[in-house]
Amino acid sequence: MTTMLNVKDLRAYYGQVQALHGLNFSLNEGSLTTLLGANGAGKTTTLRAICNMVRSTGAIEFEGKPIGTRSTENVVRLGIAHVPQGRGTFTTMTVEENLQLGAITRSDKKNIVSDIERMYDHFPKLKERYSQQAGTLSGGEQQMLAVARALMLRPRLMLLDEPSFGLAPLIVRDLFRILGKINREEKVTILVVEQNAQLALELADQAYVIETGRIVMSGNAKDIANNEDVRKSYLGY
Amino acid sequence: MELFANQVLAGIATGAIYACMALAVVMIYQAIDHLNFAQGEMAMFSTFVSWQLMQWGVPYWGAFVITVVFSFFAGIVIERLLFKPLAKAPILTNVAGFIALYAIINSVAGLIWDFTIKQYPTPFGSSPFLGSQLISTHQAGMIGVTLLMLVLLFFFFRFTRVGLAMRAAAALPESARLVGINTSWMIALGWGMAAAIGSIAGMMIAPVVFLEPNMMLGVLIYGFAAAVLGGLSSPFGAVVGGFLVGIFENLVGTYIPGVGNELKLPIALALIITVLVVKPAGLFGRAIVKRV
Repeated sequence: MTTMLNVKDLRAYYGQVQALHGLNFSLNEGSLTTLLGANGAGKTTTLRAICNMVRSTGAIEFEGKPIGTRSTENVVRLGIAHVPQGRGTFTTMTVEENLQLGAITRSDKKNIVSDIERMYDHFPKLKERYSQQAGTLSGGEQQMLAVARALMLRPRLMLLDEPSFGLAPLIVRDLFRILGKINREEKVTILVVEQNAQLALELADQAYVIETGRIVMSGNAKDIANNEDVRKSYLGY
Repeated sequence: MELFANQVLAGIATGAIYACMALAVVMIYQAIDHLNFAQGEMAMFSTFVSWQLMQWGVPYWGAFVITVVFSFFAGIVIERLLFKPLAKAPILTNVAGFIALYAIINSVAGLIWDFTIKQYPTPFGSSPFLGSQLISTHQAGMIGVTLLMLVLLFFFFRFTRVGLAMRAAAALPESARLVGINTSWMIALGWGMAAAIGSIAGMMIAPVVFLEPNMMLGVLIYGFAAAVLGGLSSPFGAVVGGFLVGIFENLVGTYIPGVGNELKLPIALALIITVLVVKPAGLFGRAIVKRV
């Protein structure tokens, strides 16, 4: 298996405060990996560091190319879609405009139209509401829209920051089912940050556990899910 | 009654110019959260450029087009040189930057073209419009040009990808970067467009207020009043505000005794303060909530 993303000795800072203390991890092409950890462990910071939205040092390689010094928009243009915490929905714009924004860097106009149709197949609710202001959507629908917007980039790698946050359990199940489908059928490598460890481990094939800015555990998602000690100390269920 | 209709129509004509200035101010405000105090001076300088071109023998509409294009690029250059480095600076630093820009442009215009008042031509003539005494052809032309520009801007922002990207960058810069939009250049583009819109306003109002380096001061204050009335977060509101302020200014000047040209500026300022006290978000703006 080829490595898609390789992160070495990643340190990140908010002003004087260091949030990541030398993270090392890698993602295989086509994998679905989850990054678990408690509040404040550094999960969001890790994703933000990959997209250069926070000051960081260390080496980040995407498909063999170093991307650490690229601006956020240029990281995205390589095919890394980031669904941020809080979803980042353009609330005053319509659902369809949000989807078009996802594809704003693409030049293949013809395929954009068919991709939007494909998103409506994945998420039928969005089709019903395509001309509605995105801010009027429910939380679950907005999360679907955020995922769909990220997919409109035709990403090679998709980063998701707590997609389950604030959603009803049934909707989370539905969302995770779709993520699995996207990973398998569209060959998008996915890194998902989660607090809902149980569900994330069911979905993922690889897992990393992060604690106060350091990776403390890594391996096959099933092994980690079955490891009693890990569950008690880090995952809390 | 005829006096009333006459004043309303004249108000709509000058209101069109206020609408342009308000729109230019709002475009930059949306992009960088600061009021561009130098917007009027930029427009004045553009108007001088068009006048100079005409002095050199360029026909009116040729000079018009060249000036709009020149202003667009000049706006981008000003943003790149002066305000991009100030992007993360505190408010007062930015205010100082705007005031400096105001003073520099004003003095340079005075230096090049001196401070004497100049005639500025109108392409529409100043005869009665369609034989009616209510409005002159130049006033009708001002309204027409403004409306045409507004329609073009509407289509640009609603139906083009660049327009969509600019709206996204203004609404949520971080999300915009996450879909790959270069927000920094969107801001520069906003400056360019604001400068171009301002130049049109300057060239349209110059036959009325005459050409001199301080010609835009009153216009810009009315533009600010219009932007505040309509809501600084709403381009549509700015345009409506412009027309309302134009009509208001004329009616007050006509019907309230003692308010002549001398008191017109205080009226604009009184309007700004009243709106800020009574309805700070303006007629069409959204209340801005900042998390602290």
